[in-house]
Amino acid sequence: MWFEWTLAVRLLREGRAQTLLIIAGIAVGVSVIVFLTALISGLQASIIDRTLGTQAHIRISAPDDVARPLREADDSALSSRIEQRAQRLRSVEQWPLLVEELDRFDEVTAVSPIVSGPALARRGAANRSVALVGMEPERYTRIVPVDREMKTGEFRVVGRDILIGTILAQDLGASVGERIRLETGGGRSDVFTVAGIFELGVRDLDQRIVYMGMKPAQALLDLPGGATGVDLRVREIFDAEAVAQRIQRRLGTKAESWMVTNSNLLDAIAAQSMSTNLIKIFVAISAAFGIASVLAVSVVQRSREIGILRAMGTRRPQVLRVFLLQGAIVGLIGAAIGSLMAGGLIGFWQAMGLARSGRGAFDLMVTPELFIGATLLAAVIGMLAAVAPARRAARLDPVEAMRAT
Amino acid sequence: MTTAVLELLELRKSYGIGTPVEVEVLHGLDLRLEPGEFAALIGPSGSGKTTLLNLLGLLDRPTSGDLLLLGQPTRELDDDARTALRGRRMGFVFQFHHLLPAFTATENVLMPVMAASGRPSPAAIREAESLLDAVGLADHRHKKPAELSGGQQQRVAIARALMPNPALLLADEPTGNLDTHTADEVFELFRRFNRERGLTVLVVTHDPRLAERCDREIKLVDGRIVSDERRVGRQR
Ligand SMILES: Nc1ncnc2c1ncn2[C@@H]1O[C@H](COP(=O)(O)OP(=O)(O)OP(=O)(O)O)[C@@H](O)[C@H]1O
Ligand SMILES: [Mg+2]
Repeated sequence: MWFEWTLAVRLLREGRAQTLLIIAGIAVGVSVIVFLTALISGLQASIIDRTLGTQAHIRISAPDDVARPLREADDSALSSRIEQRAQRLRSVEQWPLLVEELDRFDEVTAVSPIVSGPALARRGAANRSVALVGMEPERYTRIVPVDREMKTGEFRVVGRDILIGTILAQDLGASVGERIRLETGGGRSDVFTVAGIFELGVRDLDQRIVYMGMKPAQALLDLPGGATGVDLRVREIFDAEAVAQRIQRRLGTKAESWMVTNSNLLDAIAAQSMSTNLIKIFVAISAAFGIASVLAVSVVQRSREIGILRAMGTRRPQVLRVFLLQGAIVGLIGAAIGSLMAGGLIGFWQAMGLARSGRGAFDLMVTPELFIGATLLAAVIGMLAAVAPARRAARLDPVEAMRAT
Repeated sequence: MTTAVLELLELRKSYGIGTPVEVEVLHGLDLRLEPGEFAALIGPSGSGKTTLLNLLGLLDRPTSGDLLLLGQPTRELDDDARTALRGRRMGFVFQFHHLLPAFTATENVLMPVMAASGRPSPAAIREAESLLDAVGLADHRHKKPAELSGGQQQRVAIARALMPNPALLLADEPTGNLDTHTADEVFELFRRFNRERGLTVLVVTHDPRLAERCDREIKLVDGRIVSDERRVGRQR
């Protein structure tokens, strides 16, 4: 290979303008691909991150009540209509056992039973409908780190201490230390103290969620000793659905992953990935055609030299390799320069974001794999693009080639 | 009878086969070159000398007939085998000097060796340098062809042809654009290799003075050998 390598390098150095042209083309292509990938994957990671920041990866709940004819004993008017029953709050059966089992699952990193249901919050004349969430703080904060999102007051849910979101606090005009009455459907009600106010950054949650301990929630929702669900976090977020299915099979409970509840988001992300992949493919293809056409010209220009080389005992496969190597070399150099350009672009983008909003809107996803991948890709594309010109060079008839002056 | 370095059997060559301008340039040549012979190929312009040399150098394929190189038929050989044979056994000096512009004089001389076996050994580099010395280019080893005169380029090409220590040297008007003095020196170099290493030489020349000094004179006219004389007293 020494001979082919030497020749390839010399020919590239000799045809300086053409070489620089190809390298510039590849560099631009690679920087576009790298930057775009960093941008889009960063964006997607941040969207998913934000979504999962306030949501369990998997939620286990009691099976839905089955729809059946309304023929309940306390319903005197017999009816043959079939109606979807209003879902009653039900406890997950044997949930303490379930939690124990789930703790042993390898892929599951956090398990948190919760009791949740609707309620009305009153303070003075103001009232708002809210969602009660009763939980065990040490477990729950490993699912949603509410303790790190406290605005005022402290994270404490013992006894009659509750946590509410910033918007709810505003709606009720409640601040830390003040009392709120919570009422539920069965006419149960009780008075609680706001221990802290959190801001999760999701409007719906900051407006509706009321966190409290398990016990008071069970009492308010008439589910003594019960849990309406078990929230889980898994090691690999994109394995969540598979894990959920496995749990469902093994433990016979209903387990729903974030991937199912957020299928719209995932579809959008998939569509976005596909369109950026298309862009990347077209950039790669146009770069390949650019390399191929410049190399094709160079083969024509160099046919005399190729003829001489052939006359001097250079075999066809050697000629072929010389031109493939040229493609690979410009691919690698172009990719290196392109990576640097992309690095600069990424740095500039982050700095811009920082200047605009005080903190990066989101971080671009920059991994060494991205650069290595782009570089290898460029080398392969350079080589593939060189195939046609290289074969042409190898096929040249030495006598004919040398006649060309 | 010893094995001929080169043997032609009814060799024919046509150009433009299958086209209206098909023309036969060589009309069935028979020829033997014995080891150590020093022969001149002469003939008017357009008689087919370059065409013949290209065939002998395995750069081109005959339309019919065969060509034996050191007793080996070459008709059936594939391109790689022909290329290898050409690179190892033959030195070629073209009518128009053909050097690679991207390489220095020494590197050009080393080209056949590098094509055959990669990075040249120190011994090969010394050999290349001494060949450049022999053609009077000791001070120009590191120059690229563009920095050399036409005659100097031709001498680099000659050194390159001698580099693989070939069995057969084919030279197409090697001294065409050299002054008489340099032409004589180059010719002397051929003679020396012929004498010292038993190199067989076939040289195309228009210079009657040089043809005179060869052991054998083959004359080609319109694609036919019209005369083939060995000089009396110098025959081996
Ligand atoms: N590729 C080709 N296609 C068609 N005809 C050709 C080709 N090459 C050579 N010829 C013809 O073959 C004949 C012999 O050409 P060749 O180059 O062998 O002559 P030559 O003896 O070397 O002449 P000179 O002394 O001028 O170099 C010429 O008539 C030429 O026109
Ligand atoms: Mg000629």
